[in-house]
Amino acid sequence: MNFLKTTVKDLHQDLIAKELSVSDLTKETFDNIKATDDRYEAFITLMEEQALGQAQNLDENGIEEDQILAGIPFGIKDNMVTKDVQTTAASRILKDFKPVYSAAVLENLEQAGAIGVGKLNLDEFAMGSTTETSYYKQTKNAWDQTKIPGGSSGGSAVAVAAGQVPFALGSDTGGSIRQPAAFNGIVGLKPTYGRVSRWGLIAFASSLDQIGPLTRTVEDNALVLNAIAGYDARDQTSSKKTVPDFTAGLTGDVKGMKIAIPKEYFGKGVDPKVVEVVKAGIAQLEALGAKVEEVSLPHTKYGVAAYYILGSSEASSNLQRFDGIRYGFRAENVKTLEDLYVQTRTQGFGDEVKRRIMLGTYSLSAGSYDAYFKKAAQVRTLIANEFQNVFAQYDLIIAPTTPNIAYGFGENQDDPQVAYMNDALTIPVNLAGLPGISINAGFVDGLPVGMQLIGNRFEEAKIYQAAYAFEQATRLFEKIPGGEN
Amino acid sequence: MAISNFETTIGLEVHVELKTNSKAMSPAPASYGSEPNLNTNVIDWGYPGVLPQANKGAIEAGMMAALALHAEITPNLHWDRKNYFYPDNPKAYQVTQQFEPIAKNGWLEIEVNGEKKRVGITEMHVEEDAGKNTHSGDGYSYVDLNRQGTPLIEIVGEPDLKSPDEAYAYLEQLKEAIQFTGISDVKMEEGSMRVDANISIRPIGSNQHGTKIELKNLNSFNYVRKGLMFEEQRQAKLYLAGKTLKQQTRRYDETTGETILMRVKETADDYRYFPEPDLAPIHIDADWIQRAQDKLPLAASVRRAHYVNDLKLEPYDAEVLTQTLAMADFFDQTVEFGADAKRAANYLIGDVNAFLNTTHQDLQETKLTPKYLADMIKLIEDGTISTKMAKQVFKAITEGQEPVQYVEDHDLKQLSDPAVLLPMINSVLDDNEQSVLDFLGGKERATKALIGPIMKMTKGNANPTVVNDLMHQALEARR
Repeated sequence: MNFLKTTVKDLHQDLIAKELSVSDLTKETFDNIKATDDRYEAFITLMEEQALGQAQNLDENGIEEDQILAGIPFGIKDNMVTKDVQTTAASRILKDFKPVYSAAVLENLEQAGAIGVGKLNLDEFAMGSTTETSYYKQTKNAWDQTKIPGGSSGGSAVAVAAGQVPFALGSDTGGSIRQPAAFNGIVGLKPTYGRVSRWGLIAFASSLDQIGPLTRTVEDNALVLNAIAGYDARDQTSSKKTVPDFTAGLTGDVKGMKIAIPKEYFGKGVDPKVVEVVKAGIAQLEALGAKVEEVSLPHTKYGVAAYYILGSSEASSNLQRFDGIRYGFRAENVKTLEDLYVQTRTQGFGDEVKRRIMLGTYSLSAGSYDAYFKKAAQVRTLIANEFQNVFAQYDLIIAPTTPNIAYGFGENQDDPQVAYMNDALTIPVNLAGLPGISINAGFVDGLPVGMQLIGNRFEEAKIYQAAYAFEQATRLFEKIPGGEN
Repeated sequence: MAISNFETTIGLEVHVELKTNSKAMSPAPASYGSEPNLNTNVIDWGYPGVLPQANKGAIEAGMMAALALHAEITPNLHWDRKNYFYPDNPKAYQVTQQFEPIAKNGWLEIEVNGEKKRVGITEMHVEEDAGKNTHSGDGYSYVDLNRQGTPLIEIVGEPDLKSPDEAYAYLEQLKEAIQFTGISDVKMEEGSMRVDANISIRPIGSNQHGTKIELKNLNSFNYVRKGLMFEEQRQAKLYLAGKTLKQQTRRYDETTGETILMRVKETADDYRYFPEPDLAPIHIDADWIQRAQDKLPLAASVRRAHYVNDLKLEPYDAEVLTQTLAMADFFDQTVEFGADAKRAANYLIGDVNAFLNTTHQDLQETKLTPKYLADMIKLIEDGTISTKMAKQVFKAITEGQEPVQYVEDHDLKQLSDPAVLLPMINSVLDDNEQSVLDFLGGKERATKALIGPIMKMTKGNANPTVVNDLMHQALEARR
């Protein structure tokens, strides 16, 4: 079974009407993944045994009407730890690593009865925006297998866009959910920092990372966020704010909503064809009754520089624990303890990870801290303040998710700086800790274009409200990747 | 050798391990002395995906130390990472407070040779300890992470100390102040108090700072003093020989009494400090400080003043009773349970201390309770038992037996009834005419020979005070 034309709600109806058993659904899900994954290479590890066991339990105990996610299969970005199931973060250094506990989000979804079916490919330790830095495989775009899927949650986006799973979890540090969602024409939300527990997410940059759902529709997205959001004492950066029902505002109505269009997000470096599609999308919302005005976010242009310093600094600290001693890969034929560390890391980490560790280590060093880390932190505050000023007057900010549509493998790899600019439009949202979504706004050259809706802190509901109105008016989600599907 | 031409500058950094239920950044137990790696969890292992969970108790302990050391508490606390890679530090960073310590600008008063002096405390941080490496003879090194994440406070003193004696006095005073907050056992032998000392000397009148030498791993106050004294001499010799000192880290060798070079510091370590992104900042408001203040036990000096002025104890007794918080608390509670202060003090300074010494126990490890001691003292006061009987009762209460019940069960009641005692006394007087005559002739000592037989007849149970009074009455009656 593939999930190209079905939603979580449809599946739930079938399951409670007993038109479908959870076991059959799960088996068919694996059949489809096995039949299609040679083409997409989205999965690193399948969790067949666990999933089928869980399915059998659900069939025996039955599913209640309010257990909307019960029995629904989903995919997991492989940087979230899964008890007894290999978790690699797409790095050689975690090869064959089987964690002793599961991430908080997975506990929540298990509680809701959802069934994790496998671990999805990503850029190594979520560093990258093409999924090309994975040690394991190269995931292909769901719409055109000669194109990159985006990243770092490339596996998660493709698995959903290609109908392998109804939903998947990704993580977003500088756009890693929204950018691949845009490149694959699906819905990807980065929640407010602190909305979802990071307990069990293998850290890249702790102050920026946030887990979020990738789905085909806005409603499905809200349903998954309902299940994973909330305070967790094990993550002291998670928020105690009450979690609303994120589906409550899905009415299709955006009358009177005030939307800000930041001119810097439509300027130099953004493909005019992408601009055109997103502007048409904004016009659609205007036609539905939203009020749209142009604003300026002048510090946006410093976002990428600040992000690479802050993100790499935190990463350089977070990744020091991988030493080959307690888990994962260990280099062989070494003579001394230091040699063991050096060889394990030399062989275990890929180039992009090494590049960021070095950049971060340098930025934090005593002689550079003030000039780099501290400055970047100040820029971050300026960007956050700039957003707050806009949200004092507007409900949402809308912009393209990415400057371009998905491109070919190997492009932009020679110059990391060019590759880094791919995230220019998503990074400021992470720096400010805001929620942002990417939804499909249309197509250029047969490839999807993402429209990004950014909300104030903890106002995911407003984002969903506008995204849903747009989605229902355009019904673009009914367009599915073509070819043999 | 005289070092009279030089002046000494000493600054101490003291690490104090906090007595919290759980670790600084994880819910694992923080107890001392367990099997290796028993008190650990995924957070202590630096396992992928884990996040630190800051222990509020450790922060509160830091606040209590700050209050005891007259320091200003920082209202907005955040944590920082100190990055260093070592096998016993699995995350490869320590969570500490580099940029915003929990408290600043404190002081302690010391007294050396009758002169009082205030010593500044620059700042205090709350942080987590590392684990422990053991390099075994079998060619392997073993890592025990039980201590990993144990909460510490680091107390950084101002370089106000001018001699090894002042350093010693400062440490004694600091130990007392911290011990009387109840947040730590401050035992150097168990590593719950650790001292690093920085010392430099310079010719008197020089306005240039001397070269700083760091002494590490000092494990008694005496070694701190001896190590510093050795350094004063060593550095002065080098100066006088015209040699330049290099910044070094040295350790004190207790067998030779000398300091030994550990490493020369060419450059400063680069710990790449930055704000800990996995922990939210913590706001300390006035209410929380008040709650910490309310929990703070009375300081030793306050108690000593109370003992001398209100309870009329000797200054020496007050000093002994406040050598540990446990002893002082025990004494206060014994008095609260109604025991006579002087008697309670005598028991604690005498019998209780002797008992602790012979059994090698700390007061809190014993079965002794203030209630039982107070009850025993009341039994002496009201004449139920004699001080001699009390020896037996004391042994019983150290074994956890309830004194009133014990006295009942062992028939230890002192005989005080005149109706029983008087006939015995008269019969003894009848049998010892010479002694009676001696007494009536003015020899008070003669009563001794008369009281002895009474004690014998009552198997030692007669109340000596009562017997003495009745004896005098009976003797006077025969005049």
